Amino acid sequence: MPYSPLLVKPMRDELTSLGVKELLTAADVDAFMNEKQGTAMLVVNSVCGCAAGMARPGIRIALQHDRRPDRVATVFAGQDLEATARARGYIADIPPSSPSIAFFKDGELVYFLPRHRIEGRDAHAVAHDLTAVFTEHCAVPV
Amino acid sequence: MGTFHQGKSELHGITVVVDTTGPEVFVGRCDDMDARGVVLDDVDVHRDGEGGRSKEDYLQKAARFGVFKKYDRLFIPHDRVASVRRLGEI
Repeated sequence: MPYSPLLVKPMRDELTSLGVKELLTAADVDAFMNEKQGTAMLVVNSVCGCAAGMARPGIRIALQHDRRPDRVATVFAGQDLEATARARGYIADIPPSSPSIAFFKDGELVYFLPRHRIEGRDAHAVAHDLTAVFTEHCAVPV
Repeated sequence: MGTFHQGKSELHGITVVVDTTGPEVFVGRCDDMDARGVVLDDVDVHRDGEGGRSKEDYLQKAARFGVFKKYDRLFIPHDRVASVRRLGEI
């Protein structure tokens, strides 16, 4: 059963306030994933305090890096069921995990951070992993 | 946002590997662990040699991507548990 929208709202806002686009429907996900060019990061947000409580601030820190993905979006597991299922369909070989972060370059999955690699770590450690990916794959800003 | 541990084991909510004294190794999210055993949610199990893969081979892949669950919830009795460790530490 989904949590109360009131409980979840701050967890949504923590990402959308950074400019992360919220994908609420399967059509939203398709539109995001069908844009292949460049780099894209898709965050599967969740209520889980053990991991999501560190994932969101880690993303906030990482997005302050000088190299960033061209596009960043999020679906909310356990809340936006249709959108989450569609998002997972794009990485069907990878076990479902929430929170998790998938990184695509020119439409290809090049990095995946599953929940168990977030659990027990702090936000800076999560950000460190993400910025390493940004440095490797994202263009230098002009 | 804090974690809702509700007085459970410190591994509550953490994805763990439960190796056994037998051929099975389990990966799942720890709900609780005490002197009776370990309760896991969203659990996969691998038997040593299954599909030509050792326990270690299986765990290396699990550590990279996670696991597809075979069971919603399992209890592993204490006398079968050889070790419990975080999957994220592999």
